[in-house]
Amino acid sequence: MSRSSLRPSRWPHVGDVVLWLATGLATLLVLVILAVILIDVIRNGVPRLTLGFLTKSPTDGMTAGGIFPAIFGTVALVILMTIAALPAGVATAIYLHEYARPTAFATRIVRIAVNNLAGVPSIVFGLFGLGFFVQFVGGGMDKLFYDGDKVFGQPALIWAALTMAVLTLPVVIVATEEALSNVSPDVRLASAALGATKFQTIARVVLPQAVPGIMTGAILAISRGAGEVAPILFTGAAYFLPTLPHSLHDQFMQLGYHVYVLATQSPDVDATRPLLYATVLVLLVLTFALNASAIVVRSRMRRHLSRSHG
Amino acid sequence: MNGNNLEPVRLPNRAPRPTLASAPSGVDTASTSSVSAERPETMPSQSPRRLASRRPPLVERTTELAIRVLAYSAVAAMVLILIFIAKEAWPLLTSATIHREVTLAKMWFIQQWPGYDAPEHIWQPVSEIPKYGVWPLIVGTTKVTLIAMLVAVPLAISAAVFVSQYAGHRTREIVKPAIEFLAGIPSVVLGFFALMVMASWFQDTFGFDSRLNALVAGVALSFAVIPVVFTVCEEALGAVPRSYVEASAALGAARWQTITRVVLPAAAPGIAASIALGLGRAFGETMIVLMASGNAALLSANPAESVRTLSATIAAELAEVVFGGPHYTVLFALAVLLFVVTFGINFIGDQAIARMKRRMGVAS
Repeated sequence: MSRSSLRPSRWPHVGDVVLWLATGLATLLVLVILAVILIDVIRNGVPRLTLGFLTKSPTDGMTAGGIFPAIFGTVALVILMTIAALPAGVATAIYLHEYARPTAFATRIVRIAVNNLAGVPSIVFGLFGLGFFVQFVGGGMDKLFYDGDKVFGQPALIWAALTMAVLTLPVVIVATEEALSNVSPDVRLASAALGATKFQTIARVVLPQAVPGIMTGAILAISRGAGEVAPILFTGAAYFLPTLPHSLHDQFMQLGYHVYVLATQSPDVDATRPLLYATVLVLLVLTFALNASAIVVRSRMRRHLSRSHG
Repeated sequence: MNGNNLEPVRLPNRAPRPTLASAPSGVDTASTSSVSAERPETMPSQSPRRLASRRPPLVERTTELAIRVLAYSAVAAMVLILIFIAKEAWPLLTSATIHREVTLAKMWFIQQWPGYDAPEHIWQPVSEIPKYGVWPLIVGTTKVTLIAMLVAVPLAISAAVFVSQYAGHRTREIVKPAIEFLAGIPSVVLGFFALMVMASWFQDTFGFDSRLNALVAGVALSFAVIPVVFTVCEEALGAVPRSYVEASAALGAARWQTITRVVLPAAAPGIAASIALGLGRAFGETMIVLMASGNAALLSANPAESVRTLSATIAAELAEVVFGGPHYTVLFALAVLLFVVTFGINFIGDQAIARMKRRMGVAS
């Protein structure tokens, strides 16, 4: 909205000065909060951040060494999560945007579910993961395939990843739907005019154009999944493991959980403080890099679309 | 028409038609010769399916079916979440073993505990006589949520007004990504910051007895709420039709008069929705309050005292309980409560957004 055309020619009204100052100060305060958090973490985290910190395991009761297992666990978690969440999320978005009648009862139910899934508290996802994936699915698999031995019926990487996939599903759906609605109707008509079926149009014309938007969704989901802790508290995260997870039913370490444990359960806070700051810095850099790349991909996509629309 | 080869032969160097010049190369994969031969004048209004002489191939139909089934994954997730947390909480209503230790009535109504002078609401599940009074947790949750909302709502709405009404293009390009970054900070990092840094500042400034308290947790929680409220609110303000603003200006209203009397009232449903969604976030947030609130289940209105919220209680206690025992069951019951309340709040928020979109759609 351009305000230049609306600005009166005389000096601004005193009410405008007050409102501008008040809202501007509030905006500034929000930016200052962000800056203070970032500066504090960077200033205290950078000195301890070495290559060894990123590539070694924690030692001496987590007061020395690095965080490599936590980085490895986080990456493994988000990869598995993406594999699970992406197909379901993209399919839901395609259905909502391409197939469903917007006013149909079923469509409204799906929409309500998507919107409300995004608002379910993350700790509830944790309990759901424990009750459903670990005990029901995992326990069921143990009964069927392992004669009741505990293999899958305990907190594990795969259950944490699936729980996280459910949590990030709405992120993927919303981003994909936006991407689909940005595909110009012209190309759909052109494809139909060439005799392509609806499915062919979606698979070969619409989806390829929506790929940047879907990628944005995937990146945002990964960023969310990398930072969430509550859903994995009971579904697979561990304080400390001597070895890396080497199968889907192993437990794993994760950056966010590592931060939580170091910050709250450490017997010697002063000894762990530098490590803690460095870990937080790694986690922040990771999520910021992901968010920034999502923003870049999205703005590229918008620029590209606005250009191709003339 | 034969559109049934999944990997059809690519027609080499067909003379490009100008109308399709911008279409991606994928278009030419559908074999077009038969269609272009019989291309009717009414083509755009006619469904391409109707021209198909045969049904689409099996792979296509299977994939479409898969899409339709997968589309219900979100619905399935919601239903399964409710079923599986309710299932674990159910024995609270039915099991006699659990009733020996705790009942719904004992959770909600004041109890006279042995060794206490007067009846009290107490949450003390791990003790000689386990006590499951939920009111300290509910009051704690309310207290922290209220503080977070009191801080976040004015800041976020003001920032949204500034960005959408006063800020120039360049300012907006700084503020909006910055707030997206704030939204991207993991809550465990905000909790960490509250625990390590803010708690000390607050104690030095206000001289609180307990370093971790409702105020620290509430203010830290507001950092997570601000982006939610800001984003929805900014969108609502931006959706107010230009004609409203121009009409107001034409009547001689100053900018601030237009904002306070035209733009804000027009965006009111969206602003209400932003507050509801922020409330849902604050109510269910776990890690920040778990780390910064002190986690003492006290029944008190004092914001300088430690509090224990519903979500933090679940997170802190579930790891140490006996599977299927009374404590385990009660924690799942608390999760049902969290789920139902946040569902209600978010549902109201979404309805408000939908109404706003309809209203703006008609008005603009």
